[in-house]
Amino acid sequence: MADLDRTAVALTGVSKRFGAHAPVVLDDVDLRIGDGEFVCLLGASGCGKSTILNLVAGLEEPTTGAIAVPSGPVAMMFQDAALLPWLTARRNVELALDLAGTPRDGRRARVDELLELVSLSHAADRRPHQLSGGMRQRVALARALAQDRHVLLMDEPFAAVDAITRDLLHVELERIWRQTGRTILFVTHNVREALRLGQRIVLLSSRPGTVAAEWEVPAEVRAGADPVEAARLDDEITRRLREELIRNAA
Amino acid sequence: MPPEATITLAAGRDGAEASELHALEAGLDSLQTARDAAPSRARRFARATVPTTVFVLVALIGWQLYTAIAHPRPDLYPGPADVVSALASAASSGHLATAIGTSLGRGGLGFLMAVLIATPLGLLLAEVRWLRRAVGPILSGLQVLPSVAWVPAAIIWFGLTDAAVYFVVLLGAVPSIINGLLAGIDQVPPQLRRVGVVLGASRSQLQLRILFPAALPGYVAGLRQGWAFAWRSLMAAEIIANSLGFGLGTMLEQSRELADLPTVLATILTILVVGIVVELCVFAPVERSLLRRRGLTGATR
Repeated sequence: MADLDRTAVALTGVSKRFGAHAPVVLDDVDLRIGDGEFVCLLGASGCGKSTILNLVAGLEEPTTGAIAVPSGPVAMMFQDAALLPWLTARRNVELALDLAGTPRDGRRARVDELLELVSLSHAADRRPHQLSGGMRQRVALARALAQDRHVLLMDEPFAAVDAITRDLLHVELERIWRQTGRTILFVTHNVREALRLGQRIVLLSSRPGTVAAEWEVPAEVRAGADPVEAARLDDEITRRLREELIRNAA
Repeated sequence: MPPEATITLAAGRDGAEASELHALEAGLDSLQTARDAAPSRARRFARATVPTTVFVLVALIGWQLYTAIAHPRPDLYPGPADVVSALASAASSGHLATAIGTSLGRGGLGFLMAVLIATPLGLLLAEVRWLRRAVGPILSGLQVLPSVAWVPAAIIWFGLTDAAVYFVVLLGAVPSIINGLLAGIDQVPPQLRRVGVVLGASRSQLQLRILFPAALPGYVAGLRQGWAFAWRSLMAAEIIANSLGFGLGTMLEQSRELADLPTVLATILTILVVGIVVELCVFAPVERSLLRRRGLTGATR
């Protein structure tokens, strides 16, 4: 069960610049994510949201500061599904199990389970080009879950799918989050999406990226049961986001 | 899909919610995807072969009409009938089969050796950056150098042996295959590399399970070009070192010495046809199935 007092991911004083004379992308970011928490990182383009995920995933090294992920390596989902185009949906998911060292016997059943979880059993033997954008993202989600890591990083995973599909994917993701107790760090530039999914929303300022503000999102707001409060938060967060943009125009 | 559907969903109980979500998603999935129907085999075959066949037939008829009407000197301008009869006599004497067998055997073996040498070398170059910077330009240069240029050196080094022939064939094919593989790997989206790292692939797993399969289209294009270069180099080597075995190049050169133009033309035709047959029966199907599996069928030739 989720235990918010235990730390799942901690960034302390993290800064990042790509090269000695390049501009600072992230400046002194402090961020702590509790075990089983669903946190949305919100910010305009170029604020270093994706860089934070890459740092947590170990794809890049911070220039200064420290990153701790006590549960070890993390799973990650990208904006484009990044499936291997020559493998079927099933084989794409299976690859994650294979590379994680799962013995062959157990794999098949586990893959079936995961595809069932993302409602894709009917498309298991199709290749990525035969799937719609939303289906590809669900395969990518199943693959990320197959990694069986405690922390799941999601880099604007639903930015490129249509509104109806995104709605369904939100329901799907929330259900899976509740079912599996994962810690999720979800990057988005969409305020409504952040309010729909995150227990906590962290706003990053742009150039350099730092934590500008934070909001706790009540459960009723996420479930759509308190539209008044939802509208108020939406308004407030959007206003703060715009302030950040205006600051950059100067 | 009415918008309120998702709202009731989110508020609903878990079991009912999950099954309704399944149904919703299944409906959306089937609306958003179309099963692709491949054209029938016969139709594809017809579309690929009919225009060429018609063109060749028309050209042959024109040629035959010209010889029948203008009566040019038969030793300089033989008609198609002369070429066909030269081909028939070469076939009935067994020369043709021997020559095709020898050349195809040499070409095949040489090509296979080239693949075995070039593939690990290409993977190594793709992985080791400084090595690639050092060797890459030389490889591209070698690809431009006609490998016939190596024939005199090969004869001095190896004498008139099969080794000389294979040496020339290898120098023709290996650079093409390596360059094809490198080009293929360069075109792998960087995202796939990151996926491999996130999925916990080791360095060798990344190469063999992700980069190499992703680079296959480029690799096959390199193989195709490598075969073409191997076949050309082989013919050149056989023409120059013509006392060595009896291949198609040897047959060509010997017919020239006898001033037997119909057999020369028949041999050229045979060399061409062997090249086309290998292309159509080996490389084209491999490439087509590779592209179809990746949904790149617009690129079929």
